[in-house]
Amino acid sequence: MATRKRKRPLSFYVLATLLGGYAIFLYAPMACVYVLSFQGPQGGMSFPMVGWSTHWFEVLFQGTGGQGVGDIPAAFRRSIRMAVIVAVLSMIISVAAGMAYRRKFPGANLVFYSAIASMVLPGIFVGFGIALTFNLLGWRVNWFTSGIGAQLTWTLPFGMLIMFIVLGRFNPAYEEAATDLGANARQRFWMVIVPIILPGIIAITMASLTSSYEEIARTQLNVGTGNTMPMEITGLLTAATSPVIFAVGTITTFVSFSLVIASLLVMTRLAKRRSSRTAQ
Amino acid sequence: MSLIQLKPQTAPAASGKSHLKQATQGHRFDAELVAVTKRYGTGPAAVADISLRIPRGSYCCLLGPSGCGKSTTLRMLAGHEDVSEGAILIHGEEVTHKLPVDRGTSMMFQDYALFPHLSCLDNVAFSLKVRGVATRERRAQARQYLELVQMDHLADRLPNQLSGGQQQRVALARSLITRPKVLLLDEPLSALDPFLRVKMRSELKRIQKELGISFIHVTHSQDEALALSDMIVVMNDAKIMQAAPVREVFETPTNAFVARFLGGQNVLNSNGREVSVRTDRCRLGHATGLRSVEGQIAMIEYQGNIVRITLQTPLGDEMTVLQSDTDYFAQNPQIGDTAMMSWQASDEHILAPT
Ligand SMILES: Nc1ncnc2c1ncn2[C@@H]1O[C@H](COP(=O)(O)OP(=O)(O)O)[C@@H](O)[C@H]1O
Ligand SMILES: [Mg+2]
Repeated sequence: MATRKRKRPLSFYVLATLLGGYAIFLYAPMACVYVLSFQGPQGGMSFPMVGWSTHWFEVLFQGTGGQGVGDIPAAFRRSIRMAVIVAVLSMIISVAAGMAYRRKFPGANLVFYSAIASMVLPGIFVGFGIALTFNLLGWRVNWFTSGIGAQLTWTLPFGMLIMFIVLGRFNPAYEEAATDLGANARQRFWMVIVPIILPGIIAITMASLTSSYEEIARTQLNVGTGNTMPMEITGLLTAATSPVIFAVGTITTFVSFSLVIASLLVMTRLAKRRSSRTAQ
Repeated sequence: MSLIQLKPQTAPAASGKSHLKQATQGHRFDAELVAVTKRYGTGPAAVADISLRIPRGSYCCLLGPSGCGKSTTLRMLAGHEDVSEGAILIHGEEVTHKLPVDRGTSMMFQDYALFPHLSCLDNVAFSLKVRGVATRERRAQARQYLELVQMDHLADRLPNQLSGGQQQRVALARSLITRPKVLLLDEPLSALDPFLRVKMRSELKRIQKELGISFIHVTHSQDEALALSDMIVVMNDAKIMQAAPVREVFETPTNAFVARFLGGQNVLNSNGREVSVRTDRCRLGHATGLRSVEGQIAMIEYQGNIVRITLQTPLGDEMTVLQSDTDYFAQNPQIGDTAMMSWQASDEHILAPT
């Protein structure tokens, strides 16, 4: 009975078609963008291709894109610098909050819900509110003060939620066992807790990195002088009239995929390192 | 069965491991609880004013129903739970407020709590690592302890690649490498299947005898406690009902709770007093000079060399008779028969009121 080949039900074909349609909808338009980004120097914003070249990438990197194209490399540097700082801060604060939250303390629920509530606040008003407050206090908005602060209001709730879940399920017996074996608080943290929750820590860092890199609603009023990547691209979309915009799309996708692949590699490396101990 | 039989027969092996033995000083008791109480919040005490002394080199089982305070008692001994009142001594030295690591105790957790990210070897070496012992040295030592529990061939596996029994051995090695004066075990066998449970319990006993330290073992299984213990501590409702050598607890239970919980006894009323009579001293039928009670046979369980017959008395009590198979086949009682159960007055043991 178990060896008889089962006929696939109709629902299989329906769902498979749906998945195929979704994949085409997602990737086909993107493919157009990638192809068009290699348009020849005389080419326009749509098919047909007038020769092939990397002309528009050169234009992009030289920051001489002309009408509507600002200094993309500078914007990228600003964005990635901020994303790295935000990711590291989110990771540290989330882990610390998760550690604190393992014990019940007065007002613990209030902290929890206020953290979660900020996920659903409309980002554009959060950003506006921060800018306004800085203005009222007579401070200048700046990427490393209001800018990072505004982005943390977006990345921290997710990071903290992940850590509350990860550490909420953390078996306290591991720590007791470590105590029993003579580990002090620092050793318990670094030698037992961190290695066990490492996948969660990596997840928070990567998620914060990408959401900071993409954030615009909270960021735009708070970074001060100099645009970030999403701001630059939004401007480009409304103003640019050349295939430079496609080159931006290709590079942005490339960077995103690189990040995803890098984090996957880190994860598999960790998994390998664990199983390689058994190989001896 | 004597304890000597359980010792490893081969002299060289025993002397080869003698360096693992814990040095002993001039104390009489390995562990003492003096009027210890534990309260969580404002409710009734989880452990109420218990005192206990565990002689040197004992295998001691804390036995009792779920929720009676066994784990709490063990965790207070380990230093993982604060004591509300009273004092705790290990090897005659007060440790009530000391850190777990400074007490000379080591605890084996119910679910073993092996660190999932470390190999067996590194799990065992953990306590040496936190003390700053060099890698080679600590791994060499850890390997010796894995040998003691016959797990050296799987030293490089991760815990989730081991069976329950193997994990337990590793957890045992990880505890023993700290050279504890007293090893504390919280229901160490409950996660194992019945076959392994019996195998591991003889292993535990072997290792305890080999090391000569005290093991304090929490269990709710009577069989386990009887098979392992030098000393049994029967607990109920946050208090100690009886703490004595295993034979004393079995033969002369202090009250009906102990008699019933340990099994092997009928608790009945004789001349207005509550008494216990061992089930193997009771018989079916009646003869002059014997005391007896009438009942209906409710159950007959054939167990090979013995047969367990359960009678229901008119008052609704259940009585058990353990018969040899020859007696059983000679009498051939049937379920539903009315029968007499009788015993000698001298086999009665008077119980204290609970
Ligand atoms: N951390 C705790 N907080 C509150 N009550 C507890 C805690 N641990 C145990 N108790 C209570 O103490 C009593 C004894 O528990 P425990 O020692 O775990 O029993 P056992 O191990 O014998 O099953 C139980 O009534 C239990 O509910
Ligand atoms: Mg328990």
